[in-house]
Amino acid sequence: MNFDDTPQEAAFRAEAKAWIAANAPKQYEEELRKSSLGRTVLKGANILEVAKAWQKKKADAGWACLHWPKEYGGRGSSPIERVIWQQEEGPFGKLSGMFIIGHGMCGPTMMAFAGEEQKRQYLPPLASGEKIWCQLFSEPAGGSDVAGLRTRAEKNGGDWIINGQKIWTSGAHYSDYGILLTRTDPNVPKHKGLTMFFLDMKSKGVEVRPIKQASGQSDFNEVYFTDVKIPDSQRLGEVNDGWNVSLTTLMNERSAIGAGVSTGFPELFEFCSNLMLEDGPAIDDPGVRSKLANWAVKASGLKYTSMRAISALSRGERPGPENSIGKLVAGSMVQDVAAYALDLQGAAGVLSGPEDAEIAGKFQAMLLRAPGTRVEGGTDEIMRNIIAERVLGLPGDIRVDKDVPFNKIPTKGRS
Amino acid sequence: MNFDFSDDQKQLRDEARKFLAEKCPPKAVRTVLDGKEPYDRTLWKGLAEMGFLGVAIPEEFGGAGAGHLELCVIAEEMGRALAPVPLSSTVYLAAEAILLAGSDAQKRKWLPAIAAGEAIGTLALFEGKGNPSPQNVKLQAAGGTLNGVKKPVPDGAIADFAVVAARTGSSGRESDISLFLADMKAGGVEAKTLTNIDPSRGQAELTFKNCKAEPLGAAGEGWSILSQVLDHAAVLMAFEQVGGADRALEMGRDYALDRIAFGRPIGSFQAVKHMLADMYVSATLARSNCYYGAWALSTNAGELPEAAAAARISATQAFQHCAKNNIQVHGGMGFTWEFDCHMYYRRANATALGLGSLSYWEDALIARMRKKNAA
Repeated sequence: MNFDDTPQEAAFRAEAKAWIAANAPKQYEEELRKSSLGRTVLKGANILEVAKAWQKKKADAGWACLHWPKEYGGRGSSPIERVIWQQEEGPFGKLSGMFIIGHGMCGPTMMAFAGEEQKRQYLPPLASGEKIWCQLFSEPAGGSDVAGLRTRAEKNGGDWIINGQKIWTSGAHYSDYGILLTRTDPNVPKHKGLTMFFLDMKSKGVEVRPIKQASGQSDFNEVYFTDVKIPDSQRLGEVNDGWNVSLTTLMNERSAIGAGVSTGFPELFEFCSNLMLEDGPAIDDPGVRSKLANWAVKASGLKYTSMRAISALSRGERPGPENSIGKLVAGSMVQDVAAYALDLQGAAGVLSGPEDAEIAGKFQAMLLRAPGTRVEGGTDEIMRNIIAERVLGLPGDIRVDKDVPFNKIPTKGRS
Repeated sequence: MNFDFSDDQKQLRDEARKFLAEKCPPKAVRTVLDGKEPYDRTLWKGLAEMGFLGVAIPEEFGGAGAGHLELCVIAEEMGRALAPVPLSSTVYLAAEAILLAGSDAQKRKWLPAIAAGEAIGTLALFEGKGNPSPQNVKLQAAGGTLNGVKKPVPDGAIADFAVVAARTGSSGRESDISLFLADMKAGGVEAKTLTNIDPSRGQAELTFKNCKAEPLGAAGEGWSILSQVLDHAAVLMAFEQVGGADRALEMGRDYALDRIAFGRPIGSFQAVKHMLADMYVSATLARSNCYYGAWALSTNAGELPEAAAAARISATQAFQHCAKNNIQVHGGMGFTWEFDCHMYYRRANATALGLGSLSYWEDALIARMRKKNAA
């Protein structure tokens, strides 16, 4: 049992470290290091531009999308090398946020289902960050139940005509392309009538409207499709086999091992170490200590669970399902941590202005952003279902709409 | 990076699991639980013959000379099986204390006997209510004799010797505490069995009256040695707890698959599925913290105090969580004496206290993290 690199891993790490030291945008390092959930901003700079520049620089030197094949803009690295890169990239990895969906989900889907010429055309600029991709799956009527989506695709000669609405599309407002899941046959059960496409987000009839979130920010969008034309050559997989294609996409969502999930614990520990209460530092208070200890072991438990997964990668194995707990644990923890940090501030915890609030309102921003983390990318309840079914082998939920034609499924509850 | 047990260690785990499945089925635990025997003597002998008791004891003292990682592996399996034997008192506490602070003669006298299953040892630390603290040690040592009362002492009524924490000064500092080795057969100590929440393991009151005892380690070093012993034991006990948590989770999962209500397996209801998923989360977090504790223990890393506290807290929570919800999944049957669920519930709550309570370790963890950050 050890934390040591193999000689090959050590050599790769040294090479990555040296390149990052020579090339990373150091002027933003401190701000990126200090940024936390709900607050990644760079003063006096456009983060999109900084991120794109860093991604292009990485791509030019062969450090983008490490695990992708070289011919598609990657490096052909092993999974463990990808993890080592993430460890070394450190705070600069926060600049990859807007590429995660494209690199983690759209790219692998294109690799599995697009034609060779399309892959060579679209994947390298996706890897280099010159083109940003989004994923158009969720709809007002299909969130956790994504197969309940209603956006129609109808065949018209060599094209498909798209009409409908998507929602919760991260980054649609700055995306160049998207992968789109549509309904092509409403007369069969819901999973059997879906088809996947990719499209140019500048296509005529695509309208992107930002959603103002509960936190006041706008990271997500609604996307409306009105008679949008997509050539059949941009279909991914067979007609009505879109559900299977989407499973490939969603399987890749879990692949970001070692990237780390924000728990808020390091921030809270530092805050409690510095905060003075009536009787002394908050961290010396037995009640505070008990709370901190409970969160400390969750944070360390997640850290070492990830180390176990990385060890499996290092041995050339696939990591076990234990890694699926990360988002579930961190999502509700960051919410509780933020609420407790405000509690420790007393009545003044209500203030969120950077000048009045403790540590510039970091925990207030965290609190307001946290509810989203328990919903996006699979709700807490979906994550528990996944653990129960795929890890523990418990039965799937009883699905009353499984064998019902999609157009016969009820669409309203109380009437 | 290989943050995992080696193939040899995994093979040892498989051997231990197979051995315990045969020699320590639930009915063996019940023999002790029902008060027919104070501990399972046959199992204890068998563990010695397999080399499990002395797995971390050096070969020169009669052990297998493997190490603490191997002992962690054994501990986990013993926890899964709820083994009704004095392993934690003898091996995690007494043997570790002698390994850390014993003279060559003391090591030669007791370690081979422990490895052979011929000596049961314990740590006599607590004196009624309260957590580990120098202030709570009142038992007096003067002129090589001990006077005072210790309780609860794990396996105190069946122990052949005890490591005793005693007061040798009155300065109010940690250096007032020294450790002694008392041979229970030499007279001067009386043992009384105490009723406890987990009768599959024994607890006792030991009354020392002019009991002759020899020092263990230097005078005034007692608390410093004890702190290390407790950290070692915390990691080892955490593996027992994780083993128990995993087994309780499996029992709940299996019952949820088998039991039909409202025309379907109860494991198809989300209320039950999600309860089991949360148990899996607790057990997984605990296991990962335990691995870090095992790494720190086996390498004697500077991180050990922090890693031991994290493993202890996480594993205590996981075992309690899994044991109580295992009963909940079983419904009414889980609350019968006949079903084994209560044995895990009892053990989970008893092991949560033996080395100091959860709140004690929570406080210790944050104090240690703070000290590290300040350094």
